[in-house]
Amino acid sequence: MEFSYDVEGGNFAKAGNAASSVKKVLKQLNVDPKVIKRIVVALYEGEVNVVAHAYKGKVLVDIDTDRIYIKIEDEGPGIPDIDLAMQVGYSTASAMVREMGFGAGMGLPNMKRNADKINISSKVGEGTIVELTTNLSS
Amino acid sequence: MSEQQFYHALKVDKDLCFGCTHCMNVCPTDAIRIKDGIASIRKNWCVDCGECMKACPVDAFYVEQDDFEKIFDFKYRVAILPSVFIGQFSKHIQECEIMDVMKELGFTHVIPAEATSGIINEAMLEEQKTDREKPMISAFCPSIVRLIQVRFPGLVNNIIPIKPPIDSTALFYRSLLQEEGKKAEEIGVFYVTPCASKIATVKSPVGDEASYVDGVINMDFLYNKVFHVLKTRGEAIDTCDEAVPYLSAKGLNWSLTNGEASNMSGRCLAIDEIHNVISFLEKVENDEIQNVDFLELRACDQSCAGGVLLTENRFLTVERIKTRAERINASGKYVQNISEAHKQLIKGKINVGEIAPRSMMVLDEDMGIALKKMARVRRMMCYLPGIDCGACGAPNCESLAKDIVRKEANLSNCVFLQRMMEKTKKLDPQHSIRIIEKTWGKDRLSKDCKKKGAKDEANK
Repeated sequence: MEFSYDVEGGNFAKAGNAASSVKKVLKQLNVDPKVIKRIVVALYEGEVNVVAHAYKGKVLVDIDTDRIYIKIEDEGPGIPDIDLAMQVGYSTASAMVREMGFGAGMGLPNMKRNADKINISSKVGEGTIVELTTNLSS
Repeated sequence: MSEQQFYHALKVDKDLCFGCTHCMNVCPTDAIRIKDGIASIRKNWCVDCGECMKACPVDAFYVEQDDFEKIFDFKYRVAILPSVFIGQFSKHIQECEIMDVMKELGFTHVIPAEATSGIINEAMLEEQKTDREKPMISAFCPSIVRLIQVRFPGLVNNIIPIKPPIDSTALFYRSLLQEEGKKAEEIGVFYVTPCASKIATVKSPVGDEASYVDGVINMDFLYNKVFHVLKTRGEAIDTCDEAVPYLSAKGLNWSLTNGEASNMSGRCLAIDEIHNVISFLEKVENDEIQNVDFLELRACDQSCAGGVLLTENRFLTVERIKTRAERINASGKYVQNISEAHKQLIKGKINVGEIAPRSMMVLDEDMGIALKKMARVRRMMCYLPGIDCGACGAPNCESLAKDIVRKEANLSNCVFLQRMMEKTKKLDPQHSIRIIEKTWGKDRLSKDCKKKGAKDEANK
């Protein structure tokens, strides 16, 4: 089953809306709370990334009995060096974003840690696509 | 998931309820449906928060209590009295005066419910040193514990499994009296409850063999009795002796907002009122809340001072308790007199046992079937009007759709879809009237000038 959500760049008040909505769905589907937590944490980080760095984005969630696939696609500056961006503590967040408590350089590493598979592709000046897959053992 | 396990003290008076939907719309767990014109509560979904009772315009909800005369079945009659009871009286009435009236009414001992809060606090601080998931959550408010079980099952491991003071206090005084040579069967311990949820824990303690409490008396009932005596006896009698304060300042404040949080270690937050708690727990669940060590969560606004069975205004109650606590603090006279042996006894029985998740959100245990049901819910949501009017007897369109996949309702319960079905001749207009009568009771649509807002409403 597919769900999609729009993410608005720059609006931190709404960051986490997709994560909360997906959480509500997964709870109804009797997914293990520990798995839900990993998915929600990864998706929340992804949303914050879009809000902090991009102009706008879209979250697509596809739920199946054996895996949950999430695609976070944005129109934004893109990531010039993905390996560098994956390093803990590395951040390009602006001073303003840091002041709001974000931009600690934990976003992508946290997403990687909480997903079974992560795939990132990016074009500088166009945008980024992050794909997360979480396997469900039944 | 047996229903027997969950005792609920909240009941609906079928003669008073007229199915006005106020309760259904405020219920934080969507536990209420209207059937045959009256509210019915889904037992497994209800967390005993009392929001329905607060919202009811005709006082159709009541909290089931024990008959007051039951106290006279015992030779020694102990009242366990929460501090918010005292807080309802003006500062001109001494604590000992209230105790004296309680004794006139029949109790032989009046014990503050929070007498053991110091020991509870110690045990909770010990628990904070364990590697339990953070933020750790207090188990003080039974509605919050139940709310987490049914709506936030992923957070049950954050709950500190330590009982609120009432259980420990009941245990402590019971053993104290037995040590004085009184027989166990001669001692009756009665808890004066400020809300419906506290009763539930007394009547169905989680994992425990038996409760130390023999009965429950509603606080509003007792307040009326005590207030009546104080009002009618005249002002001359003012001779009670208050050499030693009744309770510590910490104990007096314990059940108020920040009563626990201000005594715990690290970064602590106190949140009261159930909707505030729900929106905060959503964030905790998403890991949006970082570096918080302890959460004090209470279902009522102003915590127990806002309990559904309190008579006096909650803000005044809080102010009065704080004033009393300051006075006790300033006097420096309060002495904690719980022996080391009793402390050990209390600490040995302080654990609430396992708090198991029992999610009420799951559409089906089998994820494949749950997915199919969710697909059906989403399809139905395309047809339902989405205005959450409640005219189907469920709190909102989504609840109706879920009730339908659970086979507890039909699409034709929706009054808007009834019109559409009549238009396409799929439903006979007589049939739709019968459906409405089934939800709202017979004669609901007939003329009745005693309805709320009608010309004779007061003559009801």
